[in-house]
Amino acid sequence: MSKMRIATTWLDGCSGCHMSLLDLDDRLADMAQQIEIVYGPLVDALEFPEAVDVALVEGAVSSDADVKKVRLIRERSKILVSFGDCAVTSNVPAMRNEFRVQEVLQRGYEENVSCHGQIPGVGVPALMPQVRPVHEYVEVDVFLPGCPPPADAIFFLLSELLQGRIPDLTGKSRFGA
Amino acid sequence: MTAADAFSRKKSNTEARSVRILTFKIDDRDVSAREDETILAVARQNNIYIPTLCHLDGLSERGACRLCIVEIKGSPKLVPACVTRGREGIEVITNSERIADYRRKILELIFTERNHVCSVCVSNGHCELQQLAVNLGMTHVHYDYLYPRLAIDASHERFSLDHDRCVLCLRCVRVCDEIEGAHTWDVMKRGINSRVITDLNQPWGSSSTCTGCGKCVQVCPTGALSEKGKSVAEMVKRRQFLPYLQLMRGVDRE
Ligand code: SF4
Ligand code: FES
Repeated sequence: MSKMRIATTWLDGCSGCHMSLLDLDDRLADMAQQIEIVYGPLVDALEFPEAVDVALVEGAVSSDADVKKVRLIRERSKILVSFGDCAVTSNVPAMRNEFRVQEVLQRGYEENVSCHGQIPGVGVPALMPQVRPVHEYVEVDVFLPGCPPPADAIFFLLSELLQGRIPDLTGKSRFGA
Repeated sequence: MTAADAFSRKKSNTEARSVRILTFKIDDRDVSAREDETILAVARQNNIYIPTLCHLDGLSERGACRLCIVEIKGSPKLVPACVTRGREGIEVITNSERIADYRRKILELIFTERNHVCSVCVSNGHCELQQLAVNLGMTHVHYDYLYPRLAIDASHERFSLDHDRCVLCLRCVRVCDEIEGAHTWDVMKRGINSRVITDLNQPWGSSSTCTGCGKCVQVCPTGALSEKGKSVAEMVKRRQFLPYLQLMRGVDRE
């Protein structure tokens, strides 16, 4: 049997969902025979590969780079999982939505620094006017809320997907978690 | 004749004269109810779950959230169980595909209308809205989040109000008016612009009617009203006083 090709990524999030994924501990090791992690912060791959079976997308869509990335992921993945509250609801990153981007940048890079205040403009992705959840940009197959989703819920998700089923996650996690 | 005798005689007389008992069906189960009982009350007596948000035992009914909608066989209209009384012979359905779908949509609209950031909310883990999402199987919204810019009123010495989390259930308004008798809380504007206010829309801390009893905080289903000094997930509401109030109101009614 060929291994299930899994890609993980984080957009505007805190990496907490990835920490929760690592909390699978030995269950992750047990699964190693059946899965291959082909992309993500946990492996050394520069470009998002083709023919991914399952993509776990952590984080909300916040910058123009996120938009590009999430569209590429959709194109190249069979199943896209909106992974955690930031991806599903925009969560904490969206707290900036009440303000204009310029106000946010000024606050972060000028008002709140003690020296050399400067808004970065080169080599960094431009922020979108608002942070929005992943499903507002691309079609999502599975929603796993939680901040972060508990390891048990992630284990259930992966086990079901390995069995070829789209998991029913009702009651397995909740907003805020 | 003692006073106690007179009291009990009078009570049983009233009951015999005025209260009719109805029989009808809820989810194919035969139930009997007093004619003045709501479908919600009867369902609860029979351990049938109907989700609610604005309803709270001990307060008057408001019919504001519509999460308690049920079907009555033969009628195309969905009715809110908390403000609808039973009728002889009707068949109530509390959980069909159609109802579940509408309830989820109502819940999604509530979530998108304000900024419910559960992960950093004082009520995380103790919130009725958050729990409803789990109970009704709502894992994401199908509507666009509005992300409105809302204020926090922390002018009161001991409590704060965060409009981001308010679901407009108006429990605070009712408990303040009906139980505390202060009527500090009210609502201004309409529809999506509605806001709960203290006195004539002035800072809570400067209210001349607020007695500082905190009942509004305890009945609020979310983190909209909270005690100061509570951090994320620390705000657990204490509702122990409500059964007593119910009892007192019950005596009132006889
Ligand atoms: S502040 Fe709380 S109790 Fe008052 S209307 Fe809003 S959610 Fe309901
Ligand atoms: S509980 Fe019936 S309308 Fe809110």
